[in-house]
Amino acid sequence: MNKVYNNRAWFLILPMLLLVAFSAIIPLMTVVNYSVQDVFDANTRFFTGTEWFEVMLNDSALQAALLRQFAFSFTILAIEVPLGIGIALLMPKRGWQASAVLILITLPLLIPWNVVGSIWQLFTRGDIGLMGVGIRELGYAYNITRNPADAWATIILMDVWHWTPLIALLCYSGLRSIPDAYYQAARIDRASKWAVFRYIQLPKLTNVLVIGVLLRFMHSFMIYAEPFVLTGGGPGSSTTFLSQSLTTMAIGQQDLGPSAAFSLIYFLIILLVCWVFYTAIMNSQKDKTTQGGA
Amino acid sequence: MAQITLKALAHSYSPNPSGPEDYAIREMEHVWHQGGAYALLGPSGCGKSTLLNIISGLLTPSDGQVLFDDQVMNELAPEERNIAQVFQFPVVYDTMTVYDNLAFPLRNVGTSEAKVRERVAEVADVLELTSLLKRKARNLTADEKQKVSMGRGLVRDDVAAILFDEPLTVIDPQLKWKLRRKLKEIHERFNITMIYVTHDQLEASTFADKIAVMYEGQVVQFGTPRELFEVPAHTFVGYFIGSPGMNLVEVVRTEKGVRAGTVDLVLAPPLLNAIHQSRSRNIKLGIRPEFVKVLAEPGEGTYPVEIDNVQDLGTYRIVSFEFAGVPFRARLEEDQRLPERKAYIRFPEAWLSLYIDEFRVEVGQ
Repeated sequence: MNKVYNNRAWFLILPMLLLVAFSAIIPLMTVVNYSVQDVFDANTRFFTGTEWFEVMLNDSALQAALLRQFAFSFTILAIEVPLGIGIALLMPKRGWQASAVLILITLPLLIPWNVVGSIWQLFTRGDIGLMGVGIRELGYAYNITRNPADAWATIILMDVWHWTPLIALLCYSGLRSIPDAYYQAARIDRASKWAVFRYIQLPKLTNVLVIGVLLRFMHSFMIYAEPFVLTGGGPGSSTTFLSQSLTTMAIGQQDLGPSAAFSLIYFLIILLVCWVFYTAIMNSQKDKTTQGGA
Repeated sequence: MAQITLKALAHSYSPNPSGPEDYAIREMEHVWHQGGAYALLGPSGCGKSTLLNIISGLLTPSDGQVLFDDQVMNELAPEERNIAQVFQFPVVYDTMTVYDNLAFPLRNVGTSEAKVRERVAEVADVLELTSLLKRKARNLTADEKQKVSMGRGLVRDDVAAILFDEPLTVIDPQLKWKLRRKLKEIHERFNITMIYVTHDQLEASTFADKIAVMYEGQVVQFGTPRELFEVPAHTFVGYFIGSPGMNLVEVVRTEKGVRAGTVDLVLAPPLLNAIHQSRSRNIKLGIRPEFVKVLAEPGEGTYPVEIDNVQDLGTYRIVSFEFAGVPFRARLEEDQRLPERKAYIRFPEAWLSLYIDEFRVEVGQ
């Protein structure tokens, strides 16, 4: 075999490298640059090493925000995933009803984040909001600006309303791709409805669900506009999530070094969680020769 | 374990069928006896899968009844009919092991684990799946998956029947033969009624004791492979069974006799009478290539033909020629002498079939 070695071929990846440099490497490196320095003005700066990282990791306000962030992300996933699957299972399969339901379900996805926040802000107001007034009429002193539990419940409800359709749409497409023969075989095998779901539908949904869960986790972990508009992070700091803490620090206080260090930690957490989740799912699909059987 | 009876059964996919061509299954009566090995043979689109799905209950027929023994099954769902069906493409439960797949139909009705273990072991042994039992079903090859699909049908020993819908389509030719033998073996061992849908006559005749040939939504003949070959009840059976198929020639009545194209035929009186008594314009005579006599010299009742082509297939030869304007074939054994170009053919009376409106008419000798 005549294999020609020509290292000039490496030049072919230059355009791609350039593109990636501008889209990712240079911005990210700027952040890295800030995270290891203390910048006073254009000419005065000190190298601080890992100091900002240590400060950020030990900051109790940020630790609390991180915990809240995890609590929020896992709560909405725990609600949206089963709910999305449920809705997808109930959606009509054919005819004009299918199209009508699809459009209705998709509507919330088309609304911009801060508009969603505004809608819910108005919706939940105790004086004019339909939901706010309605709940008060029922005898519960609903108030998202005073009661942290109310604020939490409302933010979660808002996110569920906004994003469950995404999971439902993904699952709907996944369900449509299951050939009829599977359902026929299950009927012949006298499988119960639950068994059909557990052994046919759910396995076939694994792939779309992995995408759905990853997207929803990343999205919700970075949530900013909606709670910012709805509650402003309050009452107190009960609904202040990571991105809002970061914005306050970087824009409000111009603490570039700490914010940069914090951004990197933020980024690495998302990366780590996604990687662990993905790896765990993919491993669970492999053959375990030590398990099951006669 | 049951006898399956189809009573005045018909099915149409359109809600208001206007004519026979709207029916996937035209009205039919049929009985599948308990314990038989049957094949349902026909070209694609003839309604054989539809018929199978009606028997298993996946489809509800628009007319008529399906009976298991004496019980009408029309209203019962497949789950309630206790019937097994294997589909053309393998269906396995991906996340389960092979063992759990095979155990699934039994566990669904609450069979004890001891019984499950025993049945699964037996079926796995027959299908040579024992070494795969602990593997996840998703990682199997296509033919292993199909064996698992079949196994799920076979594992239930109390079923009314097992229906196979072209189950060997995805299997390698070599394994195909082996699996067909396996099915036959299983049939003999468990004495379960099996109905096997296929479009392959070889597959049908190696598996089944009796074959139902379907054509345009109806069973045109139901008989042993030998009967299908020797006395095809319909021109389609003649054409579809055998390789090459039956020679068919259209004939018209003349003043005194019968003519095919430009050739006046010499026919025995009973045959001649039958043709003259019928009022139909659609009259055909058929004879299998195996029974056409090819001679070098003219004789009584021979017709001269010019040989176009001879195909040597080892132990026999296929001779092609034109007779009465239609292509004809005759099969010659290896040792038979072949006339050069000009030959004389003769149609032995016993093997000549008369078809009026495509169906065979029995002629007393």
